[in-house]
Amino acid sequence: MGIENLLEPFKYDFMIRSLITAILSGIMLPVLGSFTINRNMGFMADAMAHATLPIIAVGVFFGFTISALGVPAAIMIALLLAFIIKNTEVGEDTAIGIIFSSFFALGFILIAVFKVSINLEDLLFGQILAVSTFDVIVVSGLFFTVIGILLVFFKQLLFYSFDPVGAEVRGLNVSFLNYLFLIILSLAIIGSLQTVGIILVLSMLIIPAAAAKLATKTFIDSVIVSVVFGVIAAVSGLYLSYYFNLPSGPSMSMVSTMIFVIAFITRKFKNSIKLYS
Amino acid sequence: MKVKNKIKNKGLIVSDGCCVEYGDTLALDNVTFTVNEGKLVAVVGPNGGGKSTLFNAMTGLVPIANGSLKIKGLKPNKAKSLIGYIPQKNLINWNFKLSVKQVVGMGLTKNNSFNPFSNKNNKIIEEALNQVGLIEKIDDNINQLSGGQLQRIFIARTLTQGADILLLDEAFSAVDVGAQEDLMEIINSIKLDGKTILIATHDINNIEEKFDEVLCLNRHCCAYGDSSKVLTKEVMEEMYGSHNQMFNNHRPGNHGSKNGN
Repeated sequence: MGIENLLEPFKYDFMIRSLITAILSGIMLPVLGSFTINRNMGFMADAMAHATLPIIAVGVFFGFTISALGVPAAIMIALLLAFIIKNTEVGEDTAIGIIFSSFFALGFILIAVFKVSINLEDLLFGQILAVSTFDVIVVSGLFFTVIGILLVFFKQLLFYSFDPVGAEVRGLNVSFLNYLFLIILSLAIIGSLQTVGIILVLSMLIIPAAAAKLATKTFIDSVIVSVVFGVIAAVSGLYLSYYFNLPSGPSMSMVSTMIFVIAFITRKFKNSIKLYS
Repeated sequence: MKVKNKIKNKGLIVSDGCCVEYGDTLALDNVTFTVNEGKLVAVVGPNGGGKSTLFNAMTGLVPIANGSLKIKGLKPNKAKSLIGYIPQKNLINWNFKLSVKQVVGMGLTKNNSFNPFSNKNNKIIEEALNQVGLIEKIDDNINQLSGGQLQRIFIARTLTQGADILLLDEAFSAVDVGAQEDLMEIINSIKLDGKTILIATHDINNIEEKFDEVLCLNRHCCAYGDSSKVLTKEVMEEMYGSHNQMFNNHRPGNHGSKNGN
């Protein structure tokens, strides 16, 4: 595969747009994923992605695009989920399960009742090749918002994630930090729906982060390496999608999984060498 | 100055009939005591006796249902900057592979600490680590440290915060005897700097040698005072009930007897 093969897809404008959104998702999802996996919030993140369906259904029915719905939908979902989980007495996991399935079901019912014209396969598994210029602007805006907030509140979020009680005693506004993290997580998820889809957004969120955790010794290193893995998965997935006419979400997801498997085997191999040396 | 003296005379931590409720449970009932500045206090009592609840009330984590609890004359939620809290191990998320430096530096994190790349606090972190004797561990991963070392790291975190009062919850659990002695040595050196230290512990052996005062809790305050005088048979009975028999029976010079006779 020569350089001309690598550059060939980008003679098309839509591929440049796709590449930009793929890279942006490949950075912001794994960065947040590093927090998500260490806080055991994978299920929560999955519920957030699935809970977007009814909002998208109603929005598209009234003539909005998915990108235009992004910010209000993300904030609504984050606040709603956090409120329900905080005020439920059935346990966090159960509450997430109830929200997850009922919102997803509601989304399908709304699509059927209102006869919303959505390509469900694209929505569930991603269709990066249909990214418009407006989508690129919205995803870029979401990217800079998410990364900006994360950088500004990094120390507080890290303290809160590591030692929530200690952070509260120290005087940090932990309730604000909790909602803030859920909102930026939700923004990143919604910003990546076009790229990887509702069902597979979780794979780009947690798999590069999990692989990076296996490959590194510190949290900070794992965040940096997760971005490298995320971008590799996103860009490679885009090429696979282009050359083999595959859906973009599953392609990126499979590359992520391959990276994870390599990291896992390398780690096991290293541990075995340590054990016998 | 007058105000300061007034506060000092009134005690640094003043609990006056403090009650804490969790739903239908009265976790602390009419607890009254006064801790003066510079004291090293053991908080003892059975599991569920209210030791952690008292710390939670002092740090403003749980509301006070009745009575009052004041830290330097302030309500707990206004006195957070005065208190350095060292939580039980199980409250920490150990999934995060952080360095010692990062954890100690958390003591300097405030609501407006916005620059993640700032190194201006390095000196304060190093000083705190020197004080707990672990400066050589500054770049180590927190997960690689022993129980005793971890306690020292969290003490260093409260030092960077500049807290006047240190609360250590179950400080000696998962800490071996040798490390406990090291830890006590460091705690005593910090006490000499004028800090007031409260330690919740289950270990009542040689308590009079280690602590100035003891606060005995079993949902209510069974006793509070000089560590060499406060743990009487009656107080032990009130605190531990049937468990007290176990303490009485199994002590040096009373081997092999189930009932202590």
